[in-house]
Amino acid sequence: MTVLLEIRDLHVAYGRVEAVRGISLELGAGQIVSVIGPNGAGKTTLLSAAIGLLPASGSVRFEGEEIGGLDVEARVERGLCLVPESRELFGEMSVQDNLRLGAYARRLPRRLLKERLDFVCTKFPRLAERRDQRADTLSGGERQMLALGRALMSGPRLLLLDEPSLGLAPLIVQEILSIVSRLRQEGVSILLVEQNAMAALEISDFGYVIESGEVDIRGPSDVLARDPRVFATYLGSME
Amino acid sequence: MTWDVALILSIDGLASSAIYLLAGLGLVLIFSVTRVIFVPFGDIAAFSALTLAAFEAKKVPATIGLVGTLAALAVAAETISLIRQRAFARLPMAVAGWGVAPGIACALAWWAAGRDLSMPFAIGLTILLAMPMAPLVARLALKPIADASVLVLLIASLVLHFLLSGLGLLFFGPEGVRTQPLLGGSIAITDNFSVGLQVVLMVGAAAALSALFFLAFERTLAGKALRATAVNRVGARLVGIRPARTSLLAYGAASLLAGFVGVLISPVTTIYYDSGLLIGLKAFVAAIIGGLTSYPLTALGALAVGLVESFASFWSGALKDVIVFSLLIPVLILRSALSAHAEEEPEEIPS
Ligand SMILES: Nc1ncnc2c1ncn2[C@@H]1O[C@H](COP(=O)(O)OP(=O)(O)OP(=O)(O)O)[C@@H](O)[C@H]1O
Ligand SMILES: [Mg+2]
Repeated sequence: MTVLLEIRDLHVAYGRVEAVRGISLELGAGQIVSVIGPNGAGKTTLLSAAIGLLPASGSVRFEGEEIGGLDVEARVERGLCLVPESRELFGEMSVQDNLRLGAYARRLPRRLLKERLDFVCTKFPRLAERRDQRADTLSGGERQMLALGRALMSGPRLLLLDEPSLGLAPLIVQEILSIVSRLRQEGVSILLVEQNAMAALEISDFGYVIESGEVDIRGPSDVLARDPRVFATYLGSME
Repeated sequence: MTWDVALILSIDGLASSAIYLLAGLGLVLIFSVTRVIFVPFGDIAAFSALTLAAFEAKKVPATIGLVGTLAALAVAAETISLIRQRAFARLPMAVAGWGVAPGIACALAWWAAGRDLSMPFAIGLTILLAMPMAPLVARLALKPIADASVLVLLIASLVLHFLLSGLGLLFFGPEGVRTQPLLGGSIAITDNFSVGLQVVLMVGAAAALSALFFLAFERTLAGKALRATAVNRVGARLVGIRPARTSLLAYGAASLLAGFVGVLISPVTTIYYDSGLLIGLKAFVAAIIGGLTSYPLTALGALAVGLVESFASFWSGALKDVIVFSLLIPVLILRSALSAHAEEEPEEIPS
């Protein structure tokens, strides 16, 4: 297995408060790796630092190259893509324009852009029906699909997903997560942050449990899912 | 007031509206992408008028020296910042973009100055010289503080205006200029009433440019990237749009508009090195009517400002500016009444 993303001893601070305190993490090409942990554990902070939105110390290597010094845009050009917790859609613009802009970093010729647009639309038929609707008038679930669809437009090598199921009804959660798990077949690797720990472990290969900015437990997903410590601490409420 | 007078005043107002429309679009464009209220816009327009007048008088326009100086400073600033970042590979591009490109415009203008130029060629050169001005001053004074608050940016922009108009006095001197009308003659509409072709040209050019502007925004990826940056900066970065680059594009496009404003206004008004401020401020009133974000409302605002100014000058020449700026009061009251709900919400949850 070739390592796609390797994070070593990452520290991120907001002012004097350290939110990520020496996290190390690895993700192999073609893998889905989930990061779970309680609220405020530092999951969002970890992803923001990995894409370059927050300054961090430590090392972030992508495809064997150090990318810690690059800005967000350069990381996106290399094939990373973040779907943030706050979605960050272009609210006043149409669904279609949001999707088109998703491929901005690729500078695709018109024909290829169209092909990719059709590809994303077949994945999310609901978006296709709402092509001309403004993004800020979409429902929560549709917004999440648009955020995912926009990310897919860039043809990413690695997707960083921050709580793709946040605030969605169980049925849509299943739909979104099954789309996510099928992305792997298209050569997209995924670092998945989820509140919905059981569901995340179900579709991932490997998992990290973080708490207070540090990795608490790590292991293959099926092992983690049966680990009594994980169960007691984080999944206690689920069954 | 008779109908004839009202008609004449309306036509006059329409001509000024055309100017405020172009300037207002430039201001809204820059503000929405960079959050800067770009006060020096008017200065650049005034400098363009002075440039065109110099070409017409077969003199070397002082703009060449101004643009050359700014370009030299920008190259120096860019070089120092790149060397600090150890990004040596980007040096040639930076020198080409900030130094060579404006340099070519200056060289062309230098070569052409003093010759017998056809009007369209002189206008083209004038606009070519105007193009680099906003990007250059923004690179020098505003880029280092791009993340500051709107208020700090406004203060910097005001200071920049005073600096530029000081430089304007130094380079252009205190004399006012007025150029030949681009189109002479007039169209008779009734027996004792006719519209000057220059006015028709102004309104037509403003309409055509705004339409072009609209198309560029709606139809091209670069235009959409500009809008995306204005709508959501973080979202834009996440799809790989560099805010610094879109800002540059916005300043460039606004500079182009300022160039056109200068060319269109110089035959109808005497322009001095410091005439820009008043043009900029009135366009600002139009832009405020558009909430500094809406292009269609800004267009309406420009129409209102132009017409009010024209009628006000009929009643009292001395008070016309006061009346125009008084427009701001009802507009601001109305806007804050309408948007009270939208703006209160974020304040309740400090982020
Ligand atoms: N902008 C900020 N300024 C100061 N502290 C912050 C900021 N953003 C996050 N924090 C703090 O950093 C810690 C980690 O936050 P983070 O958003 O990464 O948690 P999380 O694991 O994503 O939580 P959740 O599951 O609720 O999304 C929290 O204690 C939070 O209060
Ligand atoms: Mg989070």
